[in-house]
Amino acid sequence: MALRTRLAQLAPAQAAPILREMANSVRRDDLHMVYRARLGHLGGDFSVADILVTLYAAVLNVDPLHPLLAERDRLVLSKGHTAGALYTTLAHCGFFARRELDTFAAPLSALNGHPNRTKVPGVETNTGPLGHGFPVAVGMALAARLQASPRRTFVVLGDGELQEGSNWEAAMTASHYGLSSLLAVVDRNQLQQGARTEEIKQLEPLASKWASFGWEVREVDGHDHAQLLDTFRRPGTTRPVCVIAHTVKGKGVSFMEDRVEWHHKVPSAEQVESALQELSA
Amino acid sequence: MSQATQASALHDCRRAFADTLIALAREDERIVAVCNDSVGSSNLTMFKAEFPDRMINVGIAEQDLVGVAAGLANGGLIPFVSAAAPFLTARALEQIKVDVAYSQARVVLCGQSPGVAYGELGPTHHSIEDLSWLRAVAGLPVVVPADPAQTVQAVRWAAANLGPSYVRIPRFPVPDVTPPGSPFLPGQAIQLTDGNDITIIAAGTMVSRALQAAELLRHEDIQARVLNIAFVEPLDTDAILTAAAQTSGIVTAEEATTTGGLGAAVATLTAQHLPTHLRILGVPRSFAPTGSTAFLLEHFGLTAEHIAAAARDIMAHAAR
Repeated sequence: MALRTRLAQLAPAQAAPILREMANSVRRDDLHMVYRARLGHLGGDFSVADILVTLYAAVLNVDPLHPLLAERDRLVLSKGHTAGALYTTLAHCGFFARRELDTFAAPLSALNGHPNRTKVPGVETNTGPLGHGFPVAVGMALAARLQASPRRTFVVLGDGELQEGSNWEAAMTASHYGLSSLLAVVDRNQLQQGARTEEIKQLEPLASKWASFGWEVREVDGHDHAQLLDTFRRPGTTRPVCVIAHTVKGKGVSFMEDRVEWHHKVPSAEQVESALQELSA
Repeated sequence: MSQATQASALHDCRRAFADTLIALAREDERIVAVCNDSVGSSNLTMFKAEFPDRMINVGIAEQDLVGVAAGLANGGLIPFVSAAAPFLTARALEQIKVDVAYSQARVVLCGQSPGVAYGELGPTHHSIEDLSWLRAVAGLPVVVPADPAQTVQAVRWAAANLGPSYVRIPRFPVPDVTPPGSPFLPGQAIQLTDGNDITIIAAGTMVSRALQAAELLRHEDIQARVLNIAFVEPLDTDAILTAAAQTSGIVTAEEATTTGGLGAAVATLTAQHLPTHLRILGVPRSFAPTGSTAFLLEHFGLTAEHIAAAARDIMAHAAR
């Protein structure tokens, strides 16, 4: 039985250790990839890795060998700059071969710095500029409802990204239409490119903002796979669901954690060695 | 020669758009409409009455409007986004670029009341830049029908097209210009009059005025070839280069800025392949003064008389 199928049937506590190891493997591949390409966004990749791995490996109804089946669940990575985490997760889940990761950012590679749906199996819409993925995901959930389909839609948002007004347009539309099949995850790592989100432009009180927009709000530890799995498996009842996943930018590598400069810094060879040791422990 | 040279009734293209969309929706349940608050300005009142569940209204939120449409397309539906052209194309330009064109989402973007159709409401409500900036977006056909018959063809073509498109729905009333049985294909202009002296290339509301200019010139024994360019992208390069080769020069006319639209496209093409005398008529790079649509078209020289004058000017230069 494929690992994905088995994980989908396990209780959260039993699936968690497997997901944790997969997420660290994703981080290790990502380190190699970014080091080789000399570009990437490791800080955000590592904060969102546990979220993406949990969704793709144990929640989404998707078939990596047939990634365009009409009734698949949809996932949109709105924070498209963390393409590194997405590509390595997709490769781990069988959407394409892991050796393809070696081409990341190389001339003519399918693996651009930001994801492209026409080139990468599993990518649903092209993202990169912030504030784009959420409205598209709302459209996906609306389509499912118009077609009376049970398929679910997930959108992964950065926290800094929420400073883009288009997100709040989409949040209003989703609650107006009562899109309970839609689940938005906020990767709340507290940092954006320039500084802490609360220093650049305050997001708090974030949970009550979402609640006041008509969403069911859940807060979880974004690195606790059992918590993530449990909450992702439960759709909303009458309202769309926002999961605020409290995360650490650069999670898993001590010298990167919660450090603003690791937004898009490329590690040295020594730093890669040191990071790999921590991620293999 | 042309029907337009007769005093025919004037029509705007909004009714043709609305009727065709409804007819298509009856044939294909994948077709949905998406609008931003005003069902009326979006020409969707009748659509909503017949298909209330297939009318998505996101409110006053154009970025959301286009993003949601891309998501609907991802789900296998064929969304027609209908909104006032200035807000659709300016406010949501990045969504058009990324979510629709770059993602190759099968979304039909319908720009209502384009050009200076909103007249006295002023430059905030004019959409004279849409042809320029959408021409610059890869993978996005830019379609400008000239009359109700061609609007029907444009809407049907866009619905059947497997990728994204932008269709500019004229509002200023025009006479019928499209001969029955005319084809409607990307990269194919419609030649409305024959003539080897001068060429007039026009789009949308300017096509009937181009025909009237040709009539004026005929009285002076100048035979003008009139090309109706419904596809500003992709352009009919063969027809334009043939015209450059066979006539003394080209006058272009569009209800849009001259910076980057149809005239600029013709200039780029001919300058590189077959340089010719060229006069580009449109809105110069300026914000319009207060005035009705008819006033503004006159103010900017977008009349049969001005088109004819530009043609004479080329003839005079070419004769030297």
